[in-house]
Parts: sequence; structure tokens; C-alpha cells
Amino acid sequence: MPEKVLMKGNEALAEAAIQAGCRHFFGYPITPQTELAAYMSKRMPKVGGTYLQAESEVAAVNMVLGAAAAGVRAMTSSSSPGISLKTEGISYMAGSDLPALIINVQRGGPGLGGIQPSQADYWQATRATGHGDFQILVFAPSTVQEMVNLVSDAFDLADQYRMPAMILADGMLGQMMEPVALPENSGKTLPEKPWSASGHHGERKHNVVNSLYLTPQALESLIRDRFHRYEVIREKEQRAEEYLTEDADVVLVAYGASSRVARSAVEAARENGIKAGLIRPITLWPYPVDAIERAIPTVKAFLSVEMSMGQMVDDVKLAVNGRRPVYFYGRTGGMIPTPNEVLEEIRKIAGGM
Amino acid sequence: MAVVFQRPHALTDAPFHYCPGCTHGIVHRLVAEVIDELGIEGKTVGVASVGCSVMSYDYFNCDMVQAPHGRAPAVATGLKRARPENVVFTYQGDGDLAAIGTAETVHAATRGENITVIFINNAIYGMTGGQMAPTSLPGQVTQTTPYGRDVKTAGYPIRVCEMLSTLDGVALAQRVTVDCVKNVNIAKKAIRKAFENQIAGRGYSIVEVVSTCPTNWGLTPKEALEWLRNNMLPYYPLGVYKDVAPEGGAK
Amino acid sequence: MDHLHLILAGFGGQGILFAGKVAAYAGLFDQKEISWLPSYGPEMRGGTANCSVCISNRPIGSPLVVNPNALIVMNRPSLDKFAGAMVPGGVAVVDSALIDKKIDRADVTAYYLPATSMAEEHGLRGLANMILIGKLFRETSFCTEESLWKAIEKCVPARKAEMLGLNKEALRLGMEYQG
Repeated sequence: MPEKVLMKGNEALAEAAIQAGCRHFFGYPITPQTELAAYMSKRMPKVGGTYLQAESEVAAVNMVLGAAAAGVRAMTSSSSPGISLKTEGISYMAGSDLPALIINVQRGGPGLGGIQPSQADYWQATRATGHGDFQILVFAPSTVQEMVNLVSDAFDLADQYRMPAMILADGMLGQMMEPVALPENSGKTLPEKPWSASGHHGERKHNVVNSLYLTPQALESLIRDRFHRYEVIREKEQRAEEYLTEDADVVLVAYGASSRVARSAVEAARENGIKAGLIRPITLWPYPVDAIERAIPTVKAFLSVEMSMGQMVDDVKLAVNGRRPVYFYGRTGGMIPTPNEVLEEIRKIAGGM
Repeated sequence: MAVVFQRPHALTDAPFHYCPGCTHGIVHRLVAEVIDELGIEGKTVGVASVGCSVMSYDYFNCDMVQAPHGRAPAVATGLKRARPENVVFTYQGDGDLAAIGTAETVHAATRGENITVIFINNAIYGMTGGQMAPTSLPGQVTQTTPYGRDVKTAGYPIRVCEMLSTLDGVALAQRVTVDCVKNVNIAKKAIRKAFENQIAGRGYSIVEVVSTCPTNWGLTPKEALEWLRNNMLPYYPLGVYKDVAPEGGAK
Repeated sequence: MDHLHLILAGFGGQGILFAGKVAAYAGLFDQKEISWLPSYGPEMRGGTANCSVCISNRPIGSPLVVNPNALIVMNRPSLDKFAGAMVPGGVAVVDSALIDKKIDRADVTAYYLPATSMAEEHGLRGLANMILIGKLFRETSFCTEESLWKAIEKCVPARKAEMLGLNKEALRLGMEYQG
């Protein structure tokens, strides 16, 4: 077991990516993710990798597209306004079946917004990281250690399913330090990518990495194939943590930073005699509907706790499908809810049951 | 029987979709001949950009990647950084390179990104049906400059080779055309040098090919070449704007 | 103490974040759960800086400390901002060389020491932060002494090895301060 060290979330993400075999990072500075790029600029030259500060987020994500097309593990990171710029490239990567990792250390929006932690990009991450019919894998860590663990999983699943993956973090997780045990470089061989544009060396037909299909029949058929793959992912890759849900009357649903607040509130509620529990989605796409389903027979109400005006609550409602009431509590603009505020909401719901 | 003329190996046998008289076909062929002559097809990766030439991924026999509009230099950067041993070229039109992708172009050039750029300047947007390009000439009538390009409101055309030649990262900036045999030969030498520069690690090399668009210019192929000579070449003079290895290029 | 919810606050440049990191590492060496969360952004540049440190036997929920049970303050605005938020029974350590105000609460214990002047007098300029940590340790035992020494050794980078002794001296000054 390696020694635990204190690391900022942003730096831990970077080191984890290097340990996962990523040697190509293309970025652009933006608060509150800049430490990630700075860490990469320090480490990449020492491991024979590429760190490149692009002229824009648009260029950075397209450099990732190029490197991914060449068949290597590539990534970029940014924060909310920068992710908006990257959505073009993410759509093209999804349309070209390219695996890559994009990290969003969210801040308040819309527009330039603020720089404090936020979860207001949930809809963007799970519904529309670009134009067109597609999904990307979205992971939501809640601790620095989990950030580390999910980086290699995200790369692996992106490769396995040939699609972009996102780690949806936020300014709190990016900036905070917690103890982490970094994985030793597993030394595992990365998967072969026979589809890559890496030079045919006279040994095969030329590969074309492309998202353009001018005949609607061909495009529809390709998209349908992709959605069959998405169905497999929905079945196999949902992840959630269920905490004190077995006997809970009120189940909170929260991810990332707000799930930490929600957990404190659940514990406080239990101390006050209210049976509360927590479902913490770890994958936001695919959404862990199975965990919600498991809770439904015993739970009396759900409460989605977010650092937004209420985005993930839509997915909770879709999963609950009218069978139980679904409430929402959130703070936005960079405000972090306190456990007491959430406890107050739990009290109200429990009192009304 | 002796074969005196054949399709270069680096071109597939897919028929070009280009309009009659369009010079894309000639330039494709020149690029393919150079790839053949240098024996690099197996390690060459081309980047097709948005515009009429987007489907060049079906025409070139090397591996190909299709880039978002304007981002070909960024995509090429990723390809080249990932596999520096490969030869990476972009094939871009004037809208892609000098309008929507100007930032990517300027920064790939100033980084000295070790790639080869083939730039087709035909002073108009072909694929979308004849709108103003960043390189449309003053007074030129297009679908979106129906009264002629008024520089007071639509600004002046960009001279790309002149602009990029000021950047330290550029190894070669040369403007050529393919309106006659002599110029086709010059163009091929330039393209060859742009690839050789990359193999020698010299940095960003761009060959701008002043080209025609008979369809959207509303001219016959022959008239289009005349128009190119009479209107474009005075504004876009042919020649070498920068060459860091004037002796070290083609043998 | 069962769990420490510490806020350290002052101006940028006073070593607020570093002091928080030392406290956090001390908790780590005690095998506790810990978190460290800084304020960040433009306000850091010459403005106020603060950081939240949690040390606990249980997994830490929100790393953002809203109601601290321990407070180290190095400027007046921070005292005004955070003293009222302390939980009853909390412990505050105030740099009285920089703050002439007292905490106007009977339900918290405040210690006033002129850490910045003490640091100057002992040739420890810039290490008032460690003096204050030393005092907090003495009054709360938020970690074991062994872990605190280990933490300072961990946090002073190798390229600034000459600073290690000075940091330790500052810690000791704070631990031994009477009043």
C-alpha cells in the first residue's frame, strides 16, 4: 500500500492520468482547474509526454481529437466556460467514436459566472456536451481519492466503448487537499486501436476517422449502432453508493461536493431521529437508475441536493416516475449548501409525511 | 507496353466529386505523387478540413482524419505530437484556414508545429455555394457580397503567406498556382519541399495554391483560369515568402 | 478533541494556507480523516485568505467549515467575519499584534498573543503562522505532538531545508507562550 500524501484534487487528477498511461495533455488555463495544467507542465516532460498550452480551449480539445485519432490516451481539462468551447470537439469525437478524457472542474455560470464551486453544468454534461444525438460517460467523484480512482476507470471505459469520458468535478474538489494513495503504475498494456489513424505501414487499407455521413440512411444506421452500445453501457456501467438507504424514509440524492454535505445532513438527521439515507451517483451518465429503483419500495420521499437550481433532479424524477414525491434543495452561483440547511429540508419533508 | 501515366498509389480509385475545371484534382494528384516519390504513404496521416475538400479522406490512400471546421492545424498538432515519426499534412481551404481557423493556423505556425499545410485559396466559399471568403477580392461579387466586396464594410482580403512569413516558427511559406504546366511543376516542387521539411524536422510549412472555382465564379474552366491570372495573381503574387532551407530542400 | 473544524484566516502572504497544511498533515500522521480547503481566486492576491481544515475520526462531510470549533485569525476583517460563527465552546487564537479587538463572546475561549511581533523579535519573520499553530496545539491538543513535528518536517520543502529549524522554533514559541 503506497504512503498516503496530501494532494489537491486538481493535482491528483493529473497524476492519476499519468499513472493511467496518458502522455498527451492539451490545456488552457482557467480557474479553478489551473493547478491540473500546471502539474502536467511539470510532470509530462519528465515522463516523456506532451504538455501543450493551446491557444484556446477550442484548439486544445481538437488537439485531443488528433492525438486520440492517432491512438494514444489523450486528455484536456477546463472549467465551465472553457467546457462550453470544448463542446464542438467533444461532439466530433463522439461522432468519430474516439475515446478521450475531458475534465470539468465546475464553477458558477452562466457566462463568465464566478469562480466558486458549482454543479450547474450537469445538464451540459449529461444532455448536451455538443450538438447531435450522443452521450458521453460522466463520472462524479466526491473525494480526492475517488478522483484518482475514476481517472483510470474513465480512460479504460472510454477505450472499451470508444467514446469520450468526462470527470465532472467542481472547484471544491479541485482545490481541496485530502490524503490519497496513488496507484502504482499498473504497467498494464493499453488496448490495441486497430481503427486509429496511425499510419497503415502498407499493412492494411487506409483508416478514416470521420464524423461526416451525407446519406441520412447511413448516418441513422451509425447512430442506431452507437445507441445500442449506449444500451449496453446503461445496463453494465451504472455506479452509485447507497448509504443508510435500507430503512430510510427520506433518501437524499446528491453527487460530488454536494453529496458530502448531504452525507453530513443524513447523519445529523439520524441523530435527530429521522431515518434519512443517501444515494450518491458515481456515474451521472449512465444514470444509476437501479439504485433509485432499489430504494423505491421502502422510501417515502426523495430529496435531490445540488449546487445548481435543480438539474439532476430531472433524472431522479425520471427514475422515480411519479411513484414517490421528489423534492429539491440547492444553492447556486458558487454557494455551497450547509448541512444545517439540508437538515432543515429533511425535517420539513419528514414532518409532512 | 510501357506505362507512361498512371494514378499515383497514394490516391484511391474513388472518382473525385469536384466540379469540372476545379483545381482540387490537380493539387490532390501533386500531393499524392509527392507521397509516392518520398515513399511515405504508410506513415502519412492527412487531415481533411471542412469545405469542398472534406471528402479528400476518400481520395487519399493514407490514413485520414476529418477535422472540425478550422481546427485542422490543432488536429494535426495532436496527431503529430502523438506520433512524431509520422508525416502529417492538412489540406485546407480559405474559409477553413483564414477565417474560422485563423487562430489555429497562426498558432500552429508560430509554434513551429512540424506539419505540412496545403492551402487552397480560390477566393470564395465553394461548398456552401459561393459566399464571400476571407480571400475574396475587393469588388468581387459573391452570394453574400452581391454588390461586390466593399472593403469599407467587409474589410480587405488576407494575404496568408505574407502574414505567416513574419512568424519565426514557419519553415516554408510559398504561393503557387496550377494554371499551366510550368506552374504545376513549380507547385509540385513546393509541395515536395513542404513534406521534406517535415521529414527533416524544420517546422511549419505552408504551400498556398491560388485556385479556381469555375462553378461559383460563374465562369467556364478556361475563363476561370483567365480570371485567376488577371485578378488573383496581381493581388496574391506567386513566390517564396519564407524558406529557412533554400538549398536544403528538394534534390 | 474528537473532531477539529478549524478556520485559519488572514491576509494573503501570512502563510495561512501553509499553516493549515501543517495542521492537516499532523492529523494525517495521527491516522485521522482530514481535509484542507482554501479560499481561491483573485481574492488571494493581497486580499484575505482563509482555509478550512477538518480532522476527524469519521469520514469528512463538507470540507467547508461554516461553524468552526477552532479559529486562528491574523487580521481584523477575519475576526469580524468568523468569530460570530464559532460554535459554543470553541477556541480562538488571535494575533494581537495585528488585531486590537477582543472577541465579544463569553461562550468561546480566546487566546491573544502578539505572534507577529514575537516572530520579529526572535528573528522568525513571516513565521507568526507557526507560532499561532503552536498555541492552538497547546490549548486544544488537536493532534499528537509527535505528529505535529513530523508534519512540519513534511511541509517544509527540501529546497528550503534551512527554514525547517526556524519553523520548529516558531512552533515551540507558540506552544510555550503563557497567557
